[in-house]
Amino acid sequence: MKKKKINSNTLLLIITIVLFVVMYAAGCIVYAGKGFTHLQTFLNVLINNAGLLCVACGMTCIMLTGGIDISVGALIAMDCMFLAVGMERWGMSAPLLCLLVLLIGLVFGLVQGFCVGYLEIQPFIVTMAGMFFARGMTAVISTDQVSISTNQFFVNLANFKLELPFGSYVNSKGVEQIPFIRITVIIALIVLIAIFLMLRYTKFGRSLYAVGGNEISATMMGLDVKKTKLKAYMLSSFICSIGGICYCLNTMSGSVQQALGLEMDAISSAVIGGTLLTGGVGNVIGSFFGVLINGTISTLVKTNGKLLSSWSNIAVAALLCFFIVLQSIFAKIKESKK
Amino acid sequence: MDNNVVLTMRGICMTFPGVKALDHVDFTLRKGEIHALMGENGAGKSTLIKCLTGINAFEAGEIRVDGIDGPVVNHSTLDAQKKGISTVYQEVNLCPNLSVAENLFIGREPKTKIGTIDWKTMVKRSQKIVQDLDMDIDVTQNLEEYSLALQQMIAIARAVDMDCKVLILDEPTSSLDDNEVEKLFKLMNQLKAKGVGIIFVTHFLEQVYAVCDRITVLRDGQLVGEYPIEDLPRVKLVAAMMGKDFDDLASIKSDESPVFSDEDILIDAEGMSHKGTIKPFNLQVHKGEVVGLTGLLGSGRSELARVIYGADKNQTGTLKVKGKEVKINAPIDAMKLGMGLLPDDRKAEGIIGDLSVRENIILALQAKRGMFRLLPMSKQIELADKYIDMLQIKTASRETLIKQLSGGNQQKVILGRWLATDPDFLILDEPTRGIDIGTKTEIQKLVLKLAKEGKGIIFISSEIEEMLRTCTKMAVLRDGMKVGEITESLSQETVMKAIAGGDK
Repeated sequence: MKKKKINSNTLLLIITIVLFVVMYAAGCIVYAGKGFTHLQTFLNVLINNAGLLCVACGMTCIMLTGGIDISVGALIAMDCMFLAVGMERWGMSAPLLCLLVLLIGLVFGLVQGFCVGYLEIQPFIVTMAGMFFARGMTAVISTDQVSISTNQFFVNLANFKLELPFGSYVNSKGVEQIPFIRITVIIALIVLIAIFLMLRYTKFGRSLYAVGGNEISATMMGLDVKKTKLKAYMLSSFICSIGGICYCLNTMSGSVQQALGLEMDAISSAVIGGTLLTGGVGNVIGSFFGVLINGTISTLVKTNGKLLSSWSNIAVAALLCFFIVLQSIFAKIKESKK
Repeated sequence: MDNNVVLTMRGICMTFPGVKALDHVDFTLRKGEIHALMGENGAGKSTLIKCLTGINAFEAGEIRVDGIDGPVVNHSTLDAQKKGISTVYQEVNLCPNLSVAENLFIGREPKTKIGTIDWKTMVKRSQKIVQDLDMDIDVTQNLEEYSLALQQMIAIARAVDMDCKVLILDEPTSSLDDNEVEKLFKLMNQLKAKGVGIIFVTHFLEQVYAVCDRITVLRDGQLVGEYPIEDLPRVKLVAAMMGKDFDDLASIKSDESPVFSDEDILIDAEGMSHKGTIKPFNLQVHKGEVVGLTGLLGSGRSELARVIYGADKNQTGTLKVKGKEVKINAPIDAMKLGMGLLPDDRKAEGIIGDLSVRENIILALQAKRGMFRLLPMSKQIELADKYIDMLQIKTASRETLIKQLSGGNQQKVILGRWLATDPDFLILDEPTRGIDIGTKTEIQKLVLKLAKEGKGIIFISSEIEEMLRTCTKMAVLRDGMKVGEITESLSQETVMKAIAGGDK
């Protein structure tokens, strides 16, 4: 058996993972005194970014086809507002509202996917329209900041802690701290695994890669490119709505200004994770580490305490540059080998 | 329907804006036959095939396939595949970012019990497929890791593996070398024995006579006729395709070989190279000289030209143009020195599909002038008309988008683009690949005419015959190195020997 070559895409993923580990280890050393070494710090990164993780998974699927979906942030704001107003003002039941939110996501994605796939409109324009629509609808539902406090089911769900059987420690006051995760993390991880399996083991998953690799070839090989795109956008919006519920469970409120720029966080996570904007290359595992890197940067900046929070933006910008340059260098190397 | 017939097309009509692409064309394919579909560029071969495979919608006519009741209308390639019609196109239509195994099986992946993709079976079956074709490749690697020729073989393997009744090969051999063509023919004969009907589209006449049983000829969207191969000798075939008596190709070059003096040296490359693609070489081109670069595919023919032109950076040695040493960092420098390069991959490097014929023609000239000195429209129109006329480009108008033109006509437009810059030195990389014999002759004549006007030309082609007709000197390449030059007694034999390394 020949020794397997590591191709450049795997290498990019490895670099991402190594970078995360190095960054986190550095944080542990520098901020050991501020509790950075505790398991809970890491779990908090997951808890805070559960919604983003869902969205990044959906975004990765879209980017694999060579498209983009910038409506996700606004869609999340709309979801949160709908949930909050539904529970607080209309007194609707939480499970029903969650189902409705998922349904809204599907319909939203159906319309966007139809425009992109069948009408062949630029994804950027289509989802920009989607973004304005969702942000506008949020304000139509309510312009107030609505907090969720009366729906007992939802409150319980948000406060639910799954305690881990390991990694506990006793803090300076002598109280034992048990590390925990929230329900949102479980949801997000299930989404992650489901999408990972889907991309690898289903015909639809492989079609996404084929469409992004070469659309004409995909058609010629007998794949239904239009339908694949339609499904991709439906999937993205659907997962985004799951993310919206996670996001709402985290913030317990709805407001017009919520999740501003979240779509860009999702895109940057995917890119840092090795997904190419041109399509055909990428994986949700990479995007997962992209989200972790994003989350770790902001945690580091917060832990420092003295730095302006905007520094995390600058760090992400630098990382994005680094990865894009790296990708293009790899592409050049590949070209010159031929 | 006759028992022996697997496919009939009757009275197929189709119109493109301004052009009647197909006009009541009939085509019949029998079981276990290899049927050549011949015609010049724009004759309607590709269009007919696209009607069959569902990419183009035909306006009138009827298609019947053996085993299916009633007329068949395919709406997509998938549709056609389901009815047993598989196609391999000239340009490799696979996904470079997927593994070889996936490219073989995408759209029809083997499934496990729970409906997920069964990677193990897929890889195993893929390995068997490539082994049957004597290819030594790792099917789990991405397709982009392999050469164009191997990719084409994989595309064919994919089509063949799909249990088809009708296999369409649309110019599959234009990127294959002789050895690989041989393999393909073997495969075609195997399929023929199994009763598959094969439609074979090619521009290589010798290949037609090597494998085909029957020939259908199209001209200007109309059916000329269907002939058993033995009834249509080569000269008659060409006459049928062109609709006129064949202009003897051998006689286009004058017999006296020209003499060049040192003063006429236009290009003098000394020790130029590019790491990984071409080892240091020397090459001189005189005014009025046509220098051929010959060698097997991938021997460094195009790469040598790219270094001179500055498309790949020259890393050693020097280049003198008209006796003056120059430094070329990018193609724009070369253009300013009066050079032009017609690239071999016209789809990727040459045409800009969404621009009109006129815009494509003036592109290089405009780039040479710079962005701020826009060519006046009247001048643009004049140039476009001049070259459409001179090169006999078949287009509805000068404002037609170039992507609507057939391959050979696209090639002519790009040639026109470089002629418009009035270069002293032209590099033509496979200018006649994938175009019909009539246009080939025209382009060959044009090359000789340009040389007569005192331009220096480097001519690259896979067809030795064609180079013998046009070149006065040939440089031979092998494995990324220039191994020799032939100036005297140019013949098929001497050139072949030099390519093969006859000194052993």
